[in-house]
Amino acid sequence: MKKTSVSSSKKSASANKALLIKKTKTTEKAKAPAKINFGGLSKELLLTMHSHMVKSRVLEERLIKIYRAGESFFWIGGPGEEAWGVPLGMLAKKGQGPEYDYLHLHYRCSPTLIAMGLDMTDSIRLMMNRATDPNTGGRNFSNHFVIPQWNIAPVTSPLEVQYPIACGTAHVQKRTGKKAITIVTGGDAGTAEGDFASSLILASRKGQELPMLITVQNNKWGISTCYDGQHGETFIADRARAFNIKSQVINGNDPVEVYLTLKEDMEYIRKTGKPAFVEAMVSRLYGHSSASGANPIQNEVDPVKEFEMKLLKAGLLKESEAKEIWATFEAEGVRATETARAEGVPTPESIWEHTYVGSENADWRKF
Amino acid sequence: MANMAQAIRMALHYAETNYDLKDVFGQDVGAPLGGVFTATQGIKTAWNSPLDERGIIGMAMGIAMTGDRCVAEIQFADYIFNTIDLLKIAGNTLWCTNGQYNLPMTVMTPVGAGIRGSVYHSHSFDAWASRLAGWKVVMPSNPLDAYGLLLSCILDPNPTMFLKPKALMRVRGEELIPGEPADEKELKNMIDAPIGDRSAWKANWPKIQEYLVPFGKGKITREGNQITVVSYGRHLLLCNEVADQLAAEGYSVEVIDLRSIYPYDWQMIKSSVQKTGRFLCVNEDTEVTNFGEHLSYRVTQELFYELQARPRVIAGKHVPGIGLHPNLEDASVPQKHEIAEAIKEICGEIP
Ligand SMILES: Cc1ncc(C[n+]2csc(CCOP(=O)(O)OP(=O)(O)O)c2C)c(N)n1
Ligand SMILES: [Mg+2]
Repeated sequence: MKKTSVSSSKKSASANKALLIKKTKTTEKAKAPAKINFGGLSKELLLTMHSHMVKSRVLEERLIKIYRAGESFFWIGGPGEEAWGVPLGMLAKKGQGPEYDYLHLHYRCSPTLIAMGLDMTDSIRLMMNRATDPNTGGRNFSNHFVIPQWNIAPVTSPLEVQYPIACGTAHVQKRTGKKAITIVTGGDAGTAEGDFASSLILASRKGQELPMLITVQNNKWGISTCYDGQHGETFIADRARAFNIKSQVINGNDPVEVYLTLKEDMEYIRKTGKPAFVEAMVSRLYGHSSASGANPIQNEVDPVKEFEMKLLKAGLLKESEAKEIWATFEAEGVRATETARAEGVPTPESIWEHTYVGSENADWRKF
Repeated sequence: MANMAQAIRMALHYAETNYDLKDVFGQDVGAPLGGVFTATQGIKTAWNSPLDERGIIGMAMGIAMTGDRCVAEIQFADYIFNTIDLLKIAGNTLWCTNGQYNLPMTVMTPVGAGIRGSVYHSHSFDAWASRLAGWKVVMPSNPLDAYGLLLSCILDPNPTMFLKPKALMRVRGEELIPGEPADEKELKNMIDAPIGDRSAWKANWPKIQEYLVPFGKGKITREGNQITVVSYGRHLLLCNEVADQLAAEGYSVEVIDLRSIYPYDWQMIKSSVQKTGRFLCVNEDTEVTNFGEHLSYRVTQELFYELQARPRVIAGKHVPGIGLHPNLEDASVPQKHEIAEAIKEICGEIP
């Protein structure tokens, strides 16, 4: 990674490569690196990342199958964001309350949660609207996770609202003084919302900076609208720089680069109490959602396959081991689906539960 | 005797001292101003936010997500509209998380006309707020209720909205807040910030005590047996005045101060209408899809055969704004003479 800042946000050479890759994928593939640089990360760590990335991919592909089988109404998720999401989940300080990290995630966050220990069954229960869904009790879409035990704030459909909300948890963490941070993620198109600017303003007020890792996963799409043609700024990360926030653009398809960047940034935030910003260039491998078909996209980098290839080439993983990893998670996904399928669904009467705490009556007919 | 701004201040002070309230924030809420209506003067935990309503509401939601209590102010309800989807999310968070994340946050905002506030300082929000499921919504008509309702809001584990009628901020009540000195001047010297340099000033709080007005409990402010008039906020006081005037003409008007818009005191309305057979709701939010229409609908559905006359709603006119000239404002929001005429008309109706 190049460390010098340029007139715009710091941007790694590898991030540049990620931008080019879409157009010149074949030539990139032909030019395999002579020596693979894993940034000094241990074999164990690399294999753990790989395993989480595969698990996350298998899970998402399982969700898409469930959708295709007519067992769910809608799919949206994170295939293509594994190299970004997995290191993020591994590095977060997991726990409940302001002494631990808060994560305000968007709907492509399954890799992060898999890395934090999410059970596939719980994702599938959510996908199939089961009453047993521990996130929403069958009330919300796939990947709209809620895990208070790990400080996972509710994933909501309205884009970008998580950014100002995240400032609130960071504010309390600052007061608590236990070096915990708030992490917020979202897409590139959503940054046009004023809420994105709100978070940059709230996080960077002089003397009142917030311990936040503000991030954007730039897949260059908002549903069908291309990034090009919608932005005047060179990089989204430049907007953070304008608020004197430490900011960079990275290749979000390389888990090693992501891991090293996030580790450094998180240490910086915990140490200084100030925010940092990361724009990660990522892929969107099955299009936007089931509404756009959820079909595999061919011309984007597959971060899981690419990382696996590197591990194989470097001799850190054998072909047979890789096969077994995929097969094990496949089997786990099948079992999880069978479990969720057999479970109950929410009852009509349950609409009245949890409008107020303790299900205190909120029905005017009973006032 | 405190005015409403002082009552709100005392409630905030009581809550930051006794209820672990940790943040009171919004535009100009902290020192030196202490709020455009001075309702946050002298509050230790008050701070100034950037001029960003969505940032304010979003931040309040995040603070509440950690379990900390906060009161966030939107300077005028006229400027709350760009936060409406955040308010919706705050109201649905507990429900969407199947009971896992509650948001103990209070939003307070000045509402209504009556101060010649022109197009953007006269909006009401009660009808809008009543559609935000998951919120509890209150609106006081006097300082003691303001104190008791705000404390209930701050203690409640759900999102609560405290609508403050801006025209009543300087109005004094008839009842003392427990612990408040009876002499207005004494109270003023204790808790009103001085004009000029305030950097060294600190409030000298009286030893006020807890006083809670529960949600969903109205108050009969005038007893009568001919008609039930339900109102809240500024118009409640107008309804009281009209009831007193009409008493001299021989009308017996029962006035209910609803105080809590959601949940609301149906049992009080019901038993009153069963007695009077007549119903009028008065408020100043615009008339189409007004909260009074819901009450009137319910009275019609559940008490139809006990009614002596058609239920009515007097509300603000369905016009895009409240114009500044008094002729415009007075033609847009309910006036005393309209209330009086409606009461006479309803009472004159024979089934
Ligand atoms: C406030 C809001 N407006 C519109 C939508 C509909 N919508 C859902 S996803 C999406 C595109 C989001 O693009 P981006 O922010 O880049 O995230 P990505 O899906 O690419 O990860 C839109 C317009 C929404 N959910 N919320
Ligand atoms: Mg995008």
